[in-house]
Amino acid sequence: MQHIPLWAQLINLLAAVLLLLAFAMLAQRRVLTLINLFAAQGFALASSTAIVAFATHQPHLYWSVGLTLVLKVMLLPWLLHRLILKLDVRWDVEGLINIPTTMLLGIVLVVFAFNLALPISQLANTVTRATLGIAMASVMLAFLMMITRRKAIPQVIGFLAMENGLFFAATSATYGMPMVVELGIALDVLVAMLILGVFFFQIREQFDSLDLQHLEKLKE
Amino acid sequence: MIEILAVLGVPVAGAALLALVGGRERAAEINVGVCLITFAGAVALTVRVIGEGPLLIASKLFFVDSFNVFLIALTAFVGLTTSIFSRPYMRIEQELGHLTPGRLRLYHSMFQLFNFTMLLALSTNNMGLLWVAMEAATLTTVLLISLYRTPASLEAAWKYFILCGVGIAQALFGTILLYFAAEKLLGAGGNALLWTELNSVKGELEPTVLSLAFVFLLVGYGTKVGLVPLHNWLPDAHAEGPTPVSAVLSGLLLNVALYAVVRCKVLVEGSVQTSFARTLMMGFGLLSVVVASLLLLRQKDIKRLFAYSSIEHMGIITFAFGMGGPIASFAGLLHMTVHSLTKSAIFFAVGHATQKAGTQLMDGIRGLVTISPLIGWGLAVGALAILGMPPFGVFASEFLILTTAIHEQPWATPLLLGALGISFAAIFSRVQPMVFGETTVKRLPHRPAMIPVFVHLGIVLMLGLWIPPFLADWYRQAARLIG
Repeated sequence: MQHIPLWAQLINLLAAVLLLLAFAMLAQRRVLTLINLFAAQGFALASSTAIVAFATHQPHLYWSVGLTLVLKVMLLPWLLHRLILKLDVRWDVEGLINIPTTMLLGIVLVVFAFNLALPISQLANTVTRATLGIAMASVMLAFLMMITRRKAIPQVIGFLAMENGLFFAATSATYGMPMVVELGIALDVLVAMLILGVFFFQIREQFDSLDLQHLEKLKE
Repeated sequence: MIEILAVLGVPVAGAALLALVGGRERAAEINVGVCLITFAGAVALTVRVIGEGPLLIASKLFFVDSFNVFLIALTAFVGLTTSIFSRPYMRIEQELGHLTPGRLRLYHSMFQLFNFTMLLALSTNNMGLLWVAMEAATLTTVLLISLYRTPASLEAAWKYFILCGVGIAQALFGTILLYFAAEKLLGAGGNALLWTELNSVKGELEPTVLSLAFVFLLVGYGTKVGLVPLHNWLPDAHAEGPTPVSAVLSGLLLNVALYAVVRCKVLVEGSVQTSFARTLMMGFGLLSVVVASLLLLRQKDIKRLFAYSSIEHMGIITFAFGMGGPIASFAGLLHMTVHSLTKSAIFFAVGHATQKAGTQLMDGIRGLVTISPLIGWGLAVGALAILGMPPFGVFASEFLILTTAIHEQPWATPLLLGALGISFAAIFSRVQPMVFGETTVKRLPHRPAMIPVFVHLGIVLMLGLWIPPFLADWYRQAARLIG
């Protein structure tokens, strides 16, 4: 058994927390809690990135930490909070399939993700390579959340959580993407969120609800 | 340097300007003017590339070679003609009460931003920036598709956002994997995502990682190309958005997404040394052609009809690049060009036809030729061109693709021919009564802009008879690069 340094253990712990939060989001019915869970996931992501930056002396990763903290822990959850207050939609989230079945599906996805990541993580020379499987799993869980939820806001949170997983994959496999790309991605996420905010109001104006069941008129 | 600055900077400046004054009386003219300057910049860039060969500028951030230079020129050109078409079209829409000045401002500003994101995606050398530009293109078009704020258009825009958002996230994962493979050879930092650098070391990139990356990239960007089974957003987005947007979606955005796929394919081919990438592309391409042609038969809405036709043509091009080889890739590039020109011309004609008839349902559009011969003939000639009638350019490229397929992939030829036959029957039988016969349409309050239609069709006709030597050279060089 080779010796694992403390910081690597910490990262593994945070990766586990990330996955746990992804499952918690999958199981969560209340929108408000869902937003808080999303913020917590962002925080776990930022902490693990900070540890990687500190331990491997990658100063550019601190920028990425800052971006994640500002954008995903503060700004986006705050926007979402305001949005649900304004729209007055603190209803329970209805899934298309019930929670236990979703969780079982989630476990299958995790196994699949670990198998898919195995050949790649063996090639990686980063110390964090073991967490690549977890990153892929959280991407897939977020994807599952997107397709099993019927309302607009949970779908968007699923989309944002998927972005979290992708960022985690980038840090664990390669110590982060080049700065210009990371900035671009952050900008896109922010703009997407603003557009969607406007969009929610339009959808509700038209349909008097954010239930996406109304959006099933267009076929073929 | 100055040319690329013009090509990218002018649309951004135009978007900012139109965000302020886009709802005013003369906004449509400003829009045309901005597109004209952008096009002039693209022409200057093209001339420079003809003279000096491939350009690598701004610390390798932008790269213009024979593969993307004609796409940049094409994008700027179709952007210009679309802005000319949209001037009377949007004015009529506003008078019909579909749009307020505020929406018109949003439309003009987003139109320019959309142009910018496509030109950025085409000219950047950085695979990460390419991704960022594609995502930004998705976001701008979401706003354009939902412009009318009708329930159907909101649904289409939401569907588009979710499907393309998920798709583009897959592409990001593919890009991360690509960076992961490259970083070992090129070192961390910005250089490892530059396409030119990647291309020079593609033989040493780890094949397992690249194969996996390609699957994600193909699925991701393929969603935007509209490949079956990822095509669900495409007909809705085309049918519910304003017609100028349908024209640029079909004519330009699909091309840009396909361009991204082909750039990735070049890298993967160099690394993997098997026919893995080719087989995947041929499979997706063929499936798209066959499924789209069958779905064409069931369409009632004219814009959906031509949207499915776009899926079919994108399938043909993907199949051609999948087959590879100098002739098939040449034909694929030619088909990209002629499809883009023909399809946007058709959408221009369709736009005015639907305004005249007051409906997008094909049963409600009859006898266009009696009231306005130009629109009627534009639609008829455009439809014949897109169906691959000689002497138009689409015939030339489809002929080349089919003859190569007979030699290299004989099993696919009957499927392709069958699909082309079905789509011929489907589109021709629908267009014929719309153009001729008893008329139901009324006159328009403004004179429609029909010059873009005939300019496009004229170029397509020319490309069917004679390809300018520099263009043929580019196609050949690019085809060699694509392999």
